[in-house]
Amino acid sequence: MSYIIDRRLNGKHKSSVNRQRFLRRYREHIRKAVEEAVNERSIKDLDRGEQITIPKRDIHEPTFGHGSGGKGSIVHPGNKEFSPGDRIPKPEGGQGKGAGNGDASHQGEGEDDFVFQISQEEFLDFVFEDLALPNLVRKNLKEIKEFNMKHAGIVSEGTPSKLNVVRSMRNAYARRRVMSSGARKKLAEAEAEREALLDHGEAPEELARIAWLDEQITLLKQKIERTPFLDTYDLRYNHHVKEPRPSSKAVMFCIMDVSGSMTQETKNVAKRFFILLYLFLNRNYEKIDVVFIRHHTSAKEVSEEEFFYSRETGGTIVSSALKLMDKIVKDRYPPDQWNIYAAQASDGDNWDDDSRVCKQVLEDDIIDIVQHFTYIEITQREHQSLWRIYEQIQSTHPKSFAMRHIVEIGDIYPVFRDLFQRRPNESNSR
Amino acid sequence: MSQTADKTEKLSQGPDWTFELIEQYDREIGAIAAEFGLDTYPNQIEIISSEQMMDAYASVGMPLGYHHWSYGKQFLEVEQNYKRGRMGLAYEIVINSSPCIAYLMEENNMMMQALVIAHACYGHNSFFKGNYLFKTWTDATAIIDYLVFAKKYILDCEEKYGIEEVELTLDSCHALMNFGVDRYKRPVPISLAEERARQDEREQVLQQQVNDLWRTIPMSDKSEEKALRERVFPSEPQENLLYFLEKNAPLLKPWQRELIRIVRKMAQYFYPQRQTQVMNEGWASFWHYTLMNELYNRGKVKEGFILEFLQSHTNVVAQPSFDSPYYSGINPYALGFAIYTDLKRMCEEPTEEDRYWFPSVVDKPWGEVLDFAMRNFKDESFILQFLSPKVMRDFRFFGIENDVLDPYVEIKEIHNDSGYKALRERLAQQYNLSYREPNIQVQRVELYGDRSLILRHTMDNGRPLNDDTIEVIKHFKRLWGFDVILESWDGDNLAQSYKCDTGESDDV
Repeated sequence: MSYIIDRRLNGKHKSSVNRQRFLRRYREHIRKAVEEAVNERSIKDLDRGEQITIPKRDIHEPTFGHGSGGKGSIVHPGNKEFSPGDRIPKPEGGQGKGAGNGDASHQGEGEDDFVFQISQEEFLDFVFEDLALPNLVRKNLKEIKEFNMKHAGIVSEGTPSKLNVVRSMRNAYARRRVMSSGARKKLAEAEAEREALLDHGEAPEELARIAWLDEQITLLKQKIERTPFLDTYDLRYNHHVKEPRPSSKAVMFCIMDVSGSMTQETKNVAKRFFILLYLFLNRNYEKIDVVFIRHHTSAKEVSEEEFFYSRETGGTIVSSALKLMDKIVKDRYPPDQWNIYAAQASDGDNWDDDSRVCKQVLEDDIIDIVQHFTYIEITQREHQSLWRIYEQIQSTHPKSFAMRHIVEIGDIYPVFRDLFQRRPNESNSR
Repeated sequence: MSQTADKTEKLSQGPDWTFELIEQYDREIGAIAAEFGLDTYPNQIEIISSEQMMDAYASVGMPLGYHHWSYGKQFLEVEQNYKRGRMGLAYEIVINSSPCIAYLMEENNMMMQALVIAHACYGHNSFFKGNYLFKTWTDATAIIDYLVFAKKYILDCEEKYGIEEVELTLDSCHALMNFGVDRYKRPVPISLAEERARQDEREQVLQQQVNDLWRTIPMSDKSEEKALRERVFPSEPQENLLYFLEKNAPLLKPWQRELIRIVRKMAQYFYPQRQTQVMNEGWASFWHYTLMNELYNRGKVKEGFILEFLQSHTNVVAQPSFDSPYYSGINPYALGFAIYTDLKRMCEEPTEEDRYWFPSVVDKPWGEVLDFAMRNFKDESFILQFLSPKVMRDFRFFGIENDVLDPYVEIKEIHNDSGYKALRERLAQQYNLSYREPNIQVQRVELYGDRSLILRHTMDNGRPLNDDTIEVIKHFKRLWGFDVILESWDGDNLAQSYKCDTGESDDV
């Protein structure tokens, strides 16, 4: 006696707990791989998972077993020319056939790496973990909250409010035709016969026949009548799917000081910050342009690669970058069509005289056209003139200007809190 | 029988399977299997998707298991390989339980499903039910219940003592898993009812015994104390390391002892499978071959079907030779299938050679001979008993010896008259678990000293232990709680001594 069971409907992720256990145990490895990936990837390229590689020996589960050495004995198939007593030189490297312990299949596998894939969500989790983001915010970044309902065909199940009357009636009509077709055919035959009889029939048996036919016709008509006008399986409903609704276009300006005093480490911190901003914008806007502006004494629009990884020396004039940004906005991103975000990262250096110019450029040209301007200062030293000037701007424009002092990566988050808190008021501004 | 013989209509036309077809095939194959006298547990055939198959892989084929990171690792490995097309999934997994659960993958076509039904639901199933190792070591009716119990118990432990703690203990148990079986003693089969009823009681009694062993309060009677001090413990070397730890490790908490027990029981459950690979796979292959051909002979299936089957079958029992790039040791399906098939041949058409080598087999009814061979052996003795010169010639077996100090390997014997016997012995030894795994036993415990424990490894042909040894000793030590020393003895010479100091125990 056999039972046949369809198990395909059961969950297929029975191993997910074990998978999580594995990720938990090797979180250090994975964190490191993610960190490297973040440094290597473009900031726009975070919508995919990552391949994680762990050296096999690190996840090896040890057991007692025979090592190589001593006398081994083994039987192999496929002898071609060997005779008893033949002595065959061992291949170089000592592995090869007859390595000794009868378990040749596992020999010579070597120190392969253990490679596996983590999903985008897991990837971002690890990214955020570094940044000490609270869960609520993580969710915000990973999920798209606003949706458009989009028409997606007709389905047979749904709520009454979505009933598609035309389709339902059409189905009902077709069903009525089909269900009553037998009866209608008989009715037509009966009526035809009756007509024929009425024309010329006078004999009593013919009259009886007519009476009988009349009865049949009434019955058939009743039967056709009884076919339900509308049945539940005639009903058709409009089907809608949710489509994420990003609110139009945004441009993100990344401005970074690349003068000699900025180390690669500082730039990496800045990169995290830009990544977060990008992710945030990405969830909220359909199209995002990213403009990279780097500056020392003069500013230049560059590619992402150049932005993060080329080195410059020399002094620092921040206003040059702000002026360039203003120019680019005027040339390419009319503020009435674009949401403009700007993020500036610096170690705080600036020529004293220039800070005043910065203030002027910001207040006159920039602050009124941007959704938000964020300044982060990544330094362990005292603040300088730029910081103090920006403080003044913050006090006059608390809604669209945020600044933070960052010592470690974990300090990035508070800047974002400002952004997220502001969202409800401004989300409809365009 | 008359019913099935009368029906000559074919079973299926297309490659697609349906539940009705699977049912029909199972009925037909089952009927033929019964005619051949295969005694089986009831079958439970479960259709699963490839993702579920990967899940099943990761939990060593069990329908449910406790949670552990190593299963996650296995899952990731299978998933990665499968997605990259580096490996296909097995067509089936079958579980030694009653009813015997067999997984069929939905991706298989009808021919494969029939093959799998014949192979797993009648081949493996009858082996599980008939072979003496499975009979003595496992209780097919209780295993699923036991797994439920184990999973629940470990889940509870994780809640009470933390995932971390439980994981550490399980890690250590897993490292010693292969040394958690009695190789020579017959065990009591796992039974759930008794297990649950006795568990609480056991916890208390066990702790009591352990406490007695480690009593440090002086006794009133000095001579008695002296006798105790001189007592050698354990009185005999212990081969079942996990059992020893469960019963005697001084510092373990009762729940940790229970975890050891669970791992030990699992090891015991899988022990017969490890010892009967050739026999079990060979038996299943022999029967899928026989049953499918019988389907064809009776006109149940068409030529195209049987040709497709033969192609799959040929792949399953293919044996690449040692110099082929596909060679990865002897294929147990191929060897087992060849031995059973040759046994049948010897019963029906014996040659002079067979009469000389197998006087007790020739001219007997092949059904009985095969049944006897299936029931009463494990791989080692099966090969020793039934590997015929013809099979050795067909495989072109040759035996070599390899001394690590010698730059040459020596061909000891090949498939010829003077070599058959020795060759067969050499091959049989290869399947002896105690040859494949090092012989390590608990030798002595310093009851009144520092409570250190000595493990003794008896070397076989001068073969040393592998590089994991220190790591495993650390695991052993975590369970034992005090210093552990492992001595490798080559005859009367202490070849090497492994020790792991207290300070290192945290690095495991």
